[in-house]
Amino acid sequence: MQYLVSVIDDKSNPGSTDRQPAISAFNERLITEGHWVFAGGLADTDAATVVDNRGEQPVFSDGPFVESKEYLAGLWVWEAPDLDVALKLAAEASKVCDRKIEVRPFR
Amino acid sequence: MSDVDAAITRAHHDEWARVVATLTRRFGDLDTAEEAAAEAFAAAVERWPADGVPPSPGAWLTTTATRKAIDRIRRENKRDDKHKEARMAYDDDPPEPPGAIDDDRLRLIFTCCHPALAMDARLALTLRMVGGLTVPEIAHAFLVAESAMGQRITRAKAKIKAARIPYRIPSADDLPARVTGVLAVLYLMFNEGYLATGPGTDPVRHDLTTEAIRLTRLVRALLPEDGEVAGLLALMLLIEARRPARVSASGELVALDEQDRGAWDTALIAEGHHLVRERLAAGVAPGRYQVLAAINAVHTSARDIRDTDWSQILALYDHLVRLDPSPIIALNRAIAVAELDGPEVALAIVDRLAEPLANYHAYHATRADLLRRLGRSQQSRAAYDRAIELAGNTAEIAHLTRRRDQLG
Repeated sequence: MQYLVSVIDDKSNPGSTDRQPAISAFNERLITEGHWVFAGGLADTDAATVVDNRGEQPVFSDGPFVESKEYLAGLWVWEAPDLDVALKLAAEASKVCDRKIEVRPFR
Repeated sequence: MSDVDAAITRAHHDEWARVVATLTRRFGDLDTAEEAAAEAFAAAVERWPADGVPPSPGAWLTTTATRKAIDRIRRENKRDDKHKEARMAYDDDPPEPPGAIDDDRLRLIFTCCHPALAMDARLALTLRMVGGLTVPEIAHAFLVAESAMGQRITRAKAKIKAARIPYRIPSADDLPARVTGVLAVLYLMFNEGYLATGPGTDPVRHDLTTEAIRLTRLVRALLPEDGEVAGLLALMLLIEARRPARVSASGELVALDEQDRGAWDTALIAEGHHLVRERLAAGVAPGRYQVLAAINAVHTSARDIRDTDWSQILALYDHLVRLDPSPIIALNRAIAVAELDGPEVALAIVDRLAEPLANYHAYHATRADLLRRLGRSQQSRAAYDRAIELAGNTAEIAHLTRRRDQLG
């Protein structure tokens, strides 16, 4: 079972910026324990571009698809046998990242 | 009610949770288990009157439900080969190793009370899957519309499936955190048994109260140091102790002030009082169940209603309001206020709860009683009418109707 694990940051109350060493160590553990599928930190939402080509020609717009106080700062894809395992890891990930975590199963 | 009807009702009360729990373990899916269990009970309703009640109703229901589930899965397999592979893999799994608790129904409770589900969904799901209550009964217990309750349960089951919430007893580390939600569920189950709803149901469903007490005893055996588990058990025992005096021979609910206290179960009272004293001796700040148990300990200490220590009860309610600011607690507190400061003061408190409790029968029944004591018969009658309209319990309706008809 794969889960999308989103790291949620808050513009008005951002998490601390010194988390990279702890995140790297946590990633090493995810790899060792067989949970790691993919991970990536994201650039600021200001760097996002939305493309809509449902009409006659593509329309490009600057910024994220939804402006909000809370936004996606990074993500993992984990392999886990069930939600209990994923939630236990996510609780650790929240401490490691100093941010909220959303766990969502892939279909 | 015929013998066969009684046997079906009894089998539903006794066997529903076992059937659902067994099938959930076997098929790994709550939805399949619930639907197959419901189909098995429907089959019992159809066949038992003609074929007779089987010697072991539980075994008959489990076997029938298992067949229904397999039929259902075969039908699905024909439509979807990929699905078939998944099912076959599930069936080949070795049985789960025994966990900390060997009661299937408790395993089912912990799964239904998973922290990834919203609290209201946990309550609803457990009452449906473990308690065997129907969606209308659960909707009544929560004071919400049936359609909303149906959706809540469907959504919870869908999340369990999509997110793969495991059907497993929590590990020893996780157990305490899971218990809070379980206690809330058990208390609601107990309350539904104590004041059962539905015209075709006994006014007190002894099986539900007994089941809630049995499961609470099991949780207490696992967590003997947890004060709230002890508090909830004491609370249930002290309420259950009054059950023999609670419904009259004519099927009418008997209010606390009119009960024959000689009919109370002294063994249950002694056990409840012992637990309350044990918690007091522990010297730890009590949670809401422990305070509620203490209130009931005060009531059950009075041999006569006139001996009731109402100031002690009000002090406990004042404490409880700080722990649980719900309007229902405030309503019960007002009843103690009426005894100490008179019905007029109490009525002023009750009237402030009109908005949140507009559809709660006990709000109108309490108002009706206070208005009656104040001699405001016309308003009292209207409040009784509304309470009778909203009440789901047959014995309570009988009690409220008599009180209304006695108004001058």
